[in-house]
Amino acid sequence: MLQYVFGVISLGLIYVIATTGLAVFTGFTGLFSLGHAAFFAIGAYTAAILTYFYGWNFYLALLAGAAAGGLVGFLIGYPTLKAKLRTDYFAIATLGFGEAVRVLLENLPITQGARGLPGIRGDTNLPVLLVASAIVIWAAWNLIHSRHGRAAIAIREDFVAAEMMGVDIFMGRLRSLTFSAACAGLAGGLFAHYFCFIQPSMFTAYMSTQMTAAVVAGGMGSISGPVIATLIFIGIPEALRVANIWRLVAYGLLLVLIMAFRPQGLMGYRELSLDLFKGWFRRPGKGGKP
Amino acid sequence: MFFQTLVTGLAIGGIYALMAVGYSLVFSVLNFSNFAYGSIIMLGAYIAYFAMVKLGAPIWIALILSIVGAATLCFLNERLAYSPLRKRRASSLFFMISAMGTAIFLENLVYALIGAHFYSFPEVFTRTNLSFHGVAIGVLDVFAIVFSSVSIYALHMFLQKSRTGIAIRAASYDIQVCSLNGVNNSALIGLVFALAGALAGVSGTFLGMKYIVYPTMGWITNKAYIAAVIGGLGSLPGAVVGGILLGVLETFVSAYVSSVVRDVFSFSLLVLLLLVMPTGLFGRYLEEKV
Repeated sequence: MLQYVFGVISLGLIYVIATTGLAVFTGFTGLFSLGHAAFFAIGAYTAAILTYFYGWNFYLALLAGAAAGGLVGFLIGYPTLKAKLRTDYFAIATLGFGEAVRVLLENLPITQGARGLPGIRGDTNLPVLLVASAIVIWAAWNLIHSRHGRAAIAIREDFVAAEMMGVDIFMGRLRSLTFSAACAGLAGGLFAHYFCFIQPSMFTAYMSTQMTAAVVAGGMGSISGPVIATLIFIGIPEALRVANIWRLVAYGLLLVLIMAFRPQGLMGYRELSLDLFKGWFRRPGKGGKP
Repeated sequence: MFFQTLVTGLAIGGIYALMAVGYSLVFSVLNFSNFAYGSIIMLGAYIAYFAMVKLGAPIWIALILSIVGAATLCFLNERLAYSPLRKRRASSLFFMISAMGTAIFLENLVYALIGAHFYSFPEVFTRTNLSFHGVAIGVLDVFAIVFSSVSIYALHMFLQKSRTGIAIRAASYDIQVCSLNGVNNSALIGLVFALAGALAGVSGTFLGMKYIVYPTMGWITNKAYIAAVIGGLGSLPGAVVGGILLGVLETFVSAYVSSVVRDVFSFSLLVLLLLVMPTGLFGRYLEEKV
């Protein structure tokens, strides 16, 4: 029983790492990625191939996975963000990128196609996950409270005004995307060494949807909100033993309901703190800012 | 071989064009990408299938039922999911999240309730081909091309000649001024969604007959969306040209290169085109409004 609870917590923490990255990107630039599962997959395959075929050290492989995710994020982000694609164009471009990665993984010899990689070393354990998620949340926190973070918030709120104030929109978005892709890559490496088996069909739209839903439900512009939302999303269905398919139905409905009734999400531009509880029962402001 | 590929491409392009027009119609008025449209098309296909198999309806009745059903669903989608956002004047980002939520919700609801079975339509049109100078074309394809053209032409005449059509075109330029001139915006938007839904019914039925009916068949509509972007979102002639162009190009790629890279090709084409020509072929300048 205890082992089962630890298992759920471990899975939750893996998703927390990836979702924190997405929260930095989507929540602080207002751009949507429908292909984050692809960065996750790139990290998972890079780390797994390095330990599986080349016998690398686990931690080095994790770093390599994160670096590979970040690098691909940078390479994808450079042309698409340079072109200042509209939010919806960017979303469909990332969807296509996710599809391209899946096709590649299914056809490359080193990934062994749809058969996947069985028997990866099971090096991921709870302490590793706790340390990794603490580092990622700390890094994300520092990033959004830095000069870069303030610039990113300015871009999200009003990018014309931000540009006039001298904020480099392109670099701001690219940095956020690279960071978030690296987080997804790190989570992927941990995921691969936790389940000891990966195959391309694991990294589907389901994964991207769950991350996006957690960021929106937790509140765009918050780090603690998406983290809490992720733990709820992993924990409650596990506790209730709901079939996967009904989870997705609920995520979809949740997105629609949140947009209609509480667009600021759970935390909405705020962080978990004592002040929050004082104002817990105050009515939120009318409407939501984008 | 060349002409055969061309004819096959045209047949697919016709259906893409029909779906792309639906995307563009909604975009031209509300300025957001209705990602829920794909699942409405999928439901249209299910309605036609069940009408034919369970009710034993002939194809004409099934087509009409599918048109009415999909139009109703699309209308309800607007009233339930988008109209609260519209009243709040939310940014197009919120509309897009809500649309994604609707798509995820409907798709997985079908999975959960009907299951992931593949249904194929009963044979209405004999699978014989018409042969013309050595180029074979299916009877279904001919029928689909003719019916698509008729629907698009009817829509075009409606938009050009009728009073309501003029109001819709006015709204696509400036919805606020349109309402100042005495147009009931809420009714107009409802009608636009119902029209788009009717097109979804037609394209869903043909898509189902040509391929197969299953919950994620809405994935094909992503390519219709790409077609709409290629033509310039919001432009109806652009959507038609984009649809046919994409259908033909794609068929050539799968015939002469490889069918594995076909979808990747479509998405890369989209990104490339947006880099050099952000407005598409016939689009207006579309920078996102702050």
